[in-house]
Amino acid sequence: MKTIPFVTLVFAAVTALAPSDSRGAAQPTAPANNIQNGRRLFERDGCWECHGWAGQGGRDGARLADTALTTAQLTRYVRKPTGAMPAYIDKVISDQELADIWAYLKSMPAPKPAKDIPLLNELKGQ
Amino acid sequence: MAKSKTTSVSRRGFLKRTAAGAAAALAVKPGSVAAQAQTEPVRPAAPPASARTVALETSTPPPVADVYTTDRPGADFMVDVLKSLDFDYIFANPGSSFRGLQESFINYGKNTKPEWITCCHEESSVAMAHGYFKIEGKPILCMAHGTVGLQHASMALYNAYADRVPVYLVLGNEQEIAFRRSDVEWTHSVQDAAAMVRDYTKWDDSPVSLGHFAESAVRAYKVMMTPPMEPVVIAANGGLQEEPMPEDDRRTLRVPKLVIPSPPAGDANAVVDAAKLLVNADNPVIVCGRVARTPNGIKLLVELAETLQADVIDRKFRMNFPSRHPLFNTAAAPPDLSRVVAGADVVLGLEVPDFWNATHAQTPINRMGMASRPITKQGAKLITITSGDLFSRSNYQDFGRYAEVDLAIAADAEATLPSLIEACKRLMTPERKRIAEERGRKLAAEHKRTRDRDFDLAAIGWDASPITTARLSMELYNVIRKEDWSFVSDTTFISWWPVRLWDMDKPYHFIGGHGAYGVGYQAPAAVGAALANKKHGRISVNIQCDGDLNYAPGVLWTAAHHRIPLLNVMHNNRGYHQERMFLQDMASRAGRGIENTHIGVALDSPNINYATLAKAYGMWSTGPIENPKDLGPALRAALEVVKKGEPALVDVVTQAR
Repeated sequence: MKTIPFVTLVFAAVTALAPSDSRGAAQPTAPANNIQNGRRLFERDGCWECHGWAGQGGRDGARLADTALTTAQLTRYVRKPTGAMPAYIDKVISDQELADIWAYLKSMPAPKPAKDIPLLNELKGQ
Repeated sequence: MAKSKTTSVSRRGFLKRTAAGAAAALAVKPGSVAAQAQTEPVRPAAPPASARTVALETSTPPPVADVYTTDRPGADFMVDVLKSLDFDYIFANPGSSFRGLQESFINYGKNTKPEWITCCHEESSVAMAHGYFKIEGKPILCMAHGTVGLQHASMALYNAYADRVPVYLVLGNEQEIAFRRSDVEWTHSVQDAAAMVRDYTKWDDSPVSLGHFAESAVRAYKVMMTPPMEPVVIAANGGLQEEPMPEDDRRTLRVPKLVIPSPPAGDANAVVDAAKLLVNADNPVIVCGRVARTPNGIKLLVELAETLQADVIDRKFRMNFPSRHPLFNTAAAPPDLSRVVAGADVVLGLEVPDFWNATHAQTPINRMGMASRPITKQGAKLITITSGDLFSRSNYQDFGRYAEVDLAIAADAEATLPSLIEACKRLMTPERKRIAEERGRKLAAEHKRTRDRDFDLAAIGWDASPITTARLSMELYNVIRKEDWSFVSDTTFISWWPVRLWDMDKPYHFIGGHGAYGVGYQAPAAVGAALANKKHGRISVNIQCDGDLNYAPGVLWTAAHHRIPLLNVMHNNRGYHQERMFLQDMASRAGRGIENTHIGVALDSPNINYATLAKAYGMWSTGPIENPKDLGPALRAALEVVKKGEPALVDVVTQAR
């Protein structure tokens, strides 16, 4: 599958291409190996399809970047979602794997607000 | 019409004489040259002649074969009729079954009004007509073979049907078996040409004379342009096109006068009943489908919304309502739409194709079984105004589930709005006006909160690669916003960003989408819309999904060949992501792993280079763009090309949505 390079690109995006994020320092809250595994699972299981490579969300999925969910809340939602998201049973993705994905999400640099992006700030004022 | 000096040949007489000649040729007399040839031994050195060669060399030529030309083929009169309908263009991929008409259009008709536009696929022809109409409000004449051409065109025709867009399709066909000269003409002939698409067209006919053609051609136009507007089909018989006009016809034929009926407006009493419900509602919500047929439709909808200070939800099938109006609610589909509708005490649906869906919740895809429930609160009143109540077919199910409403007005919504506005204003008391204004202030505040939130959401992943659809949309908007622009593509697969963040207030700022989600619509519809915008000097922009372009990319050549200015920006997410999401749903329902869901939906290995593809068709292009910082400069370079009157394509590697 050729989407693996995308992961690299995204990881690059959230690390190298976005060095100027105002709250850009990564905030790991889990061991690095879990973050790496979470990134792998985020790609393998296609979380990015609906939630975006940067966790930005979109028409089909909620924003995950800078999520306020705890691991337990994320796990509870994935098992029994209230919206249209597929329900993932533990045979498909284990609690530990979900914890790793959560760790990866929390490791993403916090997104810049629109006011710190000149183009968005200008257009917002139009 | 000028009379021909050439001796005309009556079709019936021609056939009679041809049959007699053929019978004479078949009767071989004993002792004749032909009989001797049959009895001579075969010489081994010479290969045997084919049956066709024998027939050509030995048969008696038809006795009327000395009539080689006519200065007045029937197609000329057909062109007179079709020109009277004021088509700007013909969109067609060439086909032998309408060669007579094509020749008459380009020579007798001088290739003006309508002008012939060369298409590389019949699906492109009809989808281009679809896009053209949504900008210009004028239908296009399309032509195709009655068999293989229509088979190609059929999906685009269904999209237009579901999107209530008129398309005037003329099919070439040879009904008379004696005129079918080869296996090609037999395989390109059909007993009932329109049968294949009758379920999703409004009217059709297969005329058997030029007088019949004239009447049916004008009738078809009238039927097509009466709401609900839908495609129509007219079969043009080959013999009628190519044979000389009969002498009698030359003296008597005329082009019938066309009068478009006024669109059906709602019953006056029913309109007053609707106004009473709306004015006395504490929280009225207007749900818009395909409301604005004309620019005036937008003004009328604004006037109604402001009179009521009602929340306006636009399902994004048309440019119905200004996107930055404080009463505009960006909720387009469940669950956001459901939340708004759930709070309403009166819901007014205007030309909404599936109103039931807008007022009900169903079991989501992640759970077994199916149950549904109304999402409207107890006692809420539902009103519909739609021309959909005036026409429907049975087989294809685009009419949606039966909606149980309190008041159904079978009429064109735009034509009904003036009387509804007047009735609402008449019924508006000072107290109701005060309540409405208070409601309007709350809605305006909510509109601003939503807009601010959307800008913050657009910021997430701003520097990511693949490039987010939010950044793609905003970089594009930044480049075009000071131009007179027209966005000629859908927003469904880019998370609706342009509708959420751009300032859309002109009728041509947005044209909606497919109609029936038949993929392959977008690229040709954008070219058709751009052609309509060309004479107005507008900059047409298209965010083009990659999967869609791969159906019939030859439309890029059409744009380049006819110098149609259009800025194409590829949403190159390298896959059919909606389908991949469905596969994830199915795998999850089955309790299986989802790591295989790329199979059959990914468009990679190799990645497709759309910039190279566009170059091959003669279009300026650049990309693929992967670094978001390169996007703005690439778009500005492409815009300069478009401003010079040419199409351009910027290939951008993007995220899924």
